[in-house]
Amino acid sequence: MARIIVVTSGKGGVGKTTSAAAISTGLALRGKKTVVIDFDVGLRNLDLIMGCERRVVYDLVNVIQGEAGLNQALIRDKRVENLFILPASQTRDKDALTQEGVAEILEKLKEDFDFIICDSPAGIERGAQLAMYFADEAIVVTNPEVSSVRDSDRILGLLASKTQRAERGGDPIKEHLLITRYNPERVTTGDMLTLEDIREILSVHLLGLIPESEAVLRASNQGVPVTHDASSDAGQAYSDTVSRLLGEELPLRFHEVQRKGLLSRMFGGSRR
Amino acid sequence: MKLLEFLKRERKKSASVAKERLQIIVAHQRSQRGQPDYMPLLERELLEVIRRYVHVDDNAIQISLDSEDNCSVLELNVTLPKS
Repeated sequence: MARIIVVTSGKGGVGKTTSAAAISTGLALRGKKTVVIDFDVGLRNLDLIMGCERRVVYDLVNVIQGEAGLNQALIRDKRVENLFILPASQTRDKDALTQEGVAEILEKLKEDFDFIICDSPAGIERGAQLAMYFADEAIVVTNPEVSSVRDSDRILGLLASKTQRAERGGDPIKEHLLITRYNPERVTTGDMLTLEDIREILSVHLLGLIPESEAVLRASNQGVPVTHDASSDAGQAYSDTVSRLLGEELPLRFHEVQRKGLLSRMFGGSRR
Repeated sequence: MKLLEFLKRERKKSASVAKERLQIIVAHQRSQRGQPDYMPLLERELLEVIRRYVHVDDNAIQISLDSEDNCSVLELNVTLPKS
C-alpha cells in the first residue's frame, strides 16, 4: 500500500523542496519505489533541486489535461533506481490543477509506488490545498523562527480540517514535524528557539532535525539532493529522518554544539 | 551606579521572548480553528450594532460557535458597562 506524504509548511523558503528531494532520494536509496511530485504550478523548482531540469518534457498539468500520459511525464532519476520525478508546469495558471485530476493521477501512482511525496507550494492557496488533500501523512517543515512556527500551526489546522481524511472522518492525517536550519550555537546563546520550544508550541511528534549546513546550498547548486552527500551533517540528518519514516527509532543528532577539535580550531573548521 | 545596573541587568534572551509570543498567538489561532471564515467579520459587525446603543469595549464581546450533533449554537456574551 502506497503512502502519500505531503511536505508542507505554509511559509516559503523554509526548505520544503530541499526536504522533499532529500527524503524521496533517501527512500529510493533504501529500495522503496518513490515518486516525488511538484505541486508548485507556475514556480517549479523541484526539477532544479533534483538535477533533472533539462529533461522535463511533460508536466503535471499536461497529464491532468490529457495531453500526455503519466509515464511520459515521469522523469527517471539519473542517480538512484526506483526514483521518479513528476514536475510542475511552469507556464499555466494555477486553476489548471483540479481535484479530480490530482485524484486520478494519485490513484494510478498508488498501484506502482511505495511512496508518493507531494512537494507543496508555500501559502495556503489551491496548490497547497491540493498537495495535502489526499495525503495519508504530512511532514511539516519548520524553521526555528516565529513566522515559520506560526504558519506551521496554521497548516496543522488545515491538515485537520481541509483534507480528504478530515472530511471523511476516518483516521486523521499523521503529522510529523521536521525542523530545518537549526543552529545549536545560536540556541546556546539564547537567540534561537530550542527544538523543545517548537515541539511544545506545535505539539507534534518530531520526525527529524536538520542543522543549518553549508552542504544544503552546495547540493542545490549541483542539483544533487543532499542525501547523496553522506559525509555532511545535513545529509546524515536527512538519512536519519528517512529511517524514522520507515519505522526505525534513532536518537537525534546535530542538536548540540559540536566541540571543535584542535585541528579544526587551527584551520578554522566550518560546518560541513 | 545606573550604568553599573544597566550592565549587570540580565538581558532577556530573544528566544524566550519569541516563545512567549508564539504561545499566545498559537493559542489564539487554535481557538478559531474550525470556525467558519465569516466569524471575525460577524463579530465585528455585531459589535458595531451594539455600539449604536451602548458604548462597549472591543474585548467586551465574546463569540463562539459550538456544534453538536445536528445543530450549531452561536453563543454571544457582551459585558455591558454599568449604567
